[in-house]
Amino acid sequence: MTTATFEDLHDLMSTMAGDEKHREAATSTLDALWVLYDRVLRVTPEMAEDRDRFFLSKGHGPMAYYAVLAARGFIDPAELRRFGAFRSPLGMHPDRALVPGVEISSGSLGHGLPLAVGTALGLRARGIPSDVWVLIGDGELDEGSNHEAIAYAGRVGLERLHVIVVDNHSASHGWPGGMEKRFEVEGWSAVRANGRDHDELEAAFRAPHPGAPRLVVADTGVR
Amino acid sequence: MAGIMRERFVDVSTQLLDTHDRLAVLTADLTSALFDGARERHPDRVLNFGIREQLLISAAGGLALAGMRPIAHSFAPFLIERPFEQIKLDLNHQAVGAVLVSAGASYDISSSGRTHQSPGDVALLSTLPDWTIDVPGHADEAEAQLREAADGDGLVYLRLSNQSNAHAHGIADGRLHRGFRTLRQGTAAVVIAVGPLADAVLAATEGLDVTVLYAATVRPFDAVALRAAVADQREPAVVLVEPYLAGTSVPEVADALGDLSHRVLGLGVGRDELRNYGSPRQHAIAHGLDSAGLRRAVVGFLGQK
Repeated sequence: MTTATFEDLHDLMSTMAGDEKHREAATSTLDALWVLYDRVLRVTPEMAEDRDRFFLSKGHGPMAYYAVLAARGFIDPAELRRFGAFRSPLGMHPDRALVPGVEISSGSLGHGLPLAVGTALGLRARGIPSDVWVLIGDGELDEGSNHEAIAYAGRVGLERLHVIVVDNHSASHGWPGGMEKRFEVEGWSAVRANGRDHDELEAAFRAPHPGAPRLVVADTGVR
Repeated sequence: MAGIMRERFVDVSTQLLDTHDRLAVLTADLTSALFDGARERHPDRVLNFGIREQLLISAAGGLALAGMRPIAHSFAPFLIERPFEQIKLDLNHQAVGAVLVSAGASYDISSSGRTHQSPGDVALLSTLPDWTIDVPGHADEAEAQLREAADGDGLVYLRLSNQSNAHAHGIADGRLHRGFRTLRQGTAAVVIAVGPLADAVLAATEGLDVTVLYAATVRPFDAVALRAAVADQREPAVVLVEPYLAGTSVPEVADALGDLSHRVLGLGVGRDELRNYGSPRQHAIAHGLDSAGLRRAVVGFLGQK
């Protein structure tokens, strides 16, 4: 099913029933996830050691993630029907030990970016030229652990590290001046893009940012 | 002897970095300067994160996900208690390994007060599966445990202390003895001495008819050795002497002797906050962990039937 299109994702997502309470969170990430897996990431189900890494830090609402993984051949689409069942590998928060293609187990907020800093450092130490991508939510950015990672990654110029913040404008106290300002002051390259426009997202993802880690704010327009 | 285990840790880690190309040493400022030479030779594998302990642990998890063997170091309260969720989720839950090496123990830094004391670290880690918890009583044991941990791929906590025994009870024939070692044999009770408290326990039990076992590793807990020692006793009675929160390993004794009626006494650092400064020796006395205090407790326990 690796020839799947973006339109196929809606059918895949609709097979996941249950009382998932983060449906909006799931659909807000769908476009960014698809552009990444369809156009940007160097990763296949074989999970080669020099693959790019994608960490879904915002583990809430993983339906879009599961749908994309199914569309790209990492998991059997038939498995989606058992989403949330006791013996299903597909839970409300992804588990890397259960789901092929899932790089980190997430759910508790504020862990993906600090983990990604370590992975980017580890890959660099091993001489493996892979990019590391993390998707977090704008509300998740509140977690202090993210700010330890943002400061460190910027100062040491981890240029293979990329953060996508899906901005649903849901952070309780907001980000005065925009999230970009918070990252830029620490030395990141930062840009805001229309989170529903695939070409704009791809351009933002592919733009060069020598010597600095990269932030792309994917603004969904949801308020 | 102050700080000798930590100095050995720096020396041995520095050596290991030269021979293990997947090894990385991570710090959060504390002890970082002692790795300056190693950092010059291995700038990508000697990493100082600044005073960011959550990142210290998460980055260790991320490095392990990338195939590295991370050794993360700080004082015990900042390495274990402060970033405990990162330990639970970014190490255990990610199913990756790491070596955490602490300094300071329960009250080595007694003059700094409660903020720098960590009697609860082993109890906290004991809530998680799959950890090897090493509590060396001598720098030679710490070195052997560190070398073994660096070669492995599991989860290891190495709890260094400024307190030390005169001899490395855990080293036999030049090699690290992993299980409990018998230091003394008797028939009235089994006393388990953990790490740096072994010499105090030997002094406290001088002339008493008890078996003394020595443990430099408390997880996994050597239930086989304990059962064998208890089998030689007139009654199953066990005294645990641990240099951290009293009773931390009592559940392990209960599991090991679950099919036997038995008595157990857990000695260690009390739960109450003392709000005292002073020396580690004064704190040991306050917690009843000096040889006189231990003897009173053991004799009292033996007298209860």
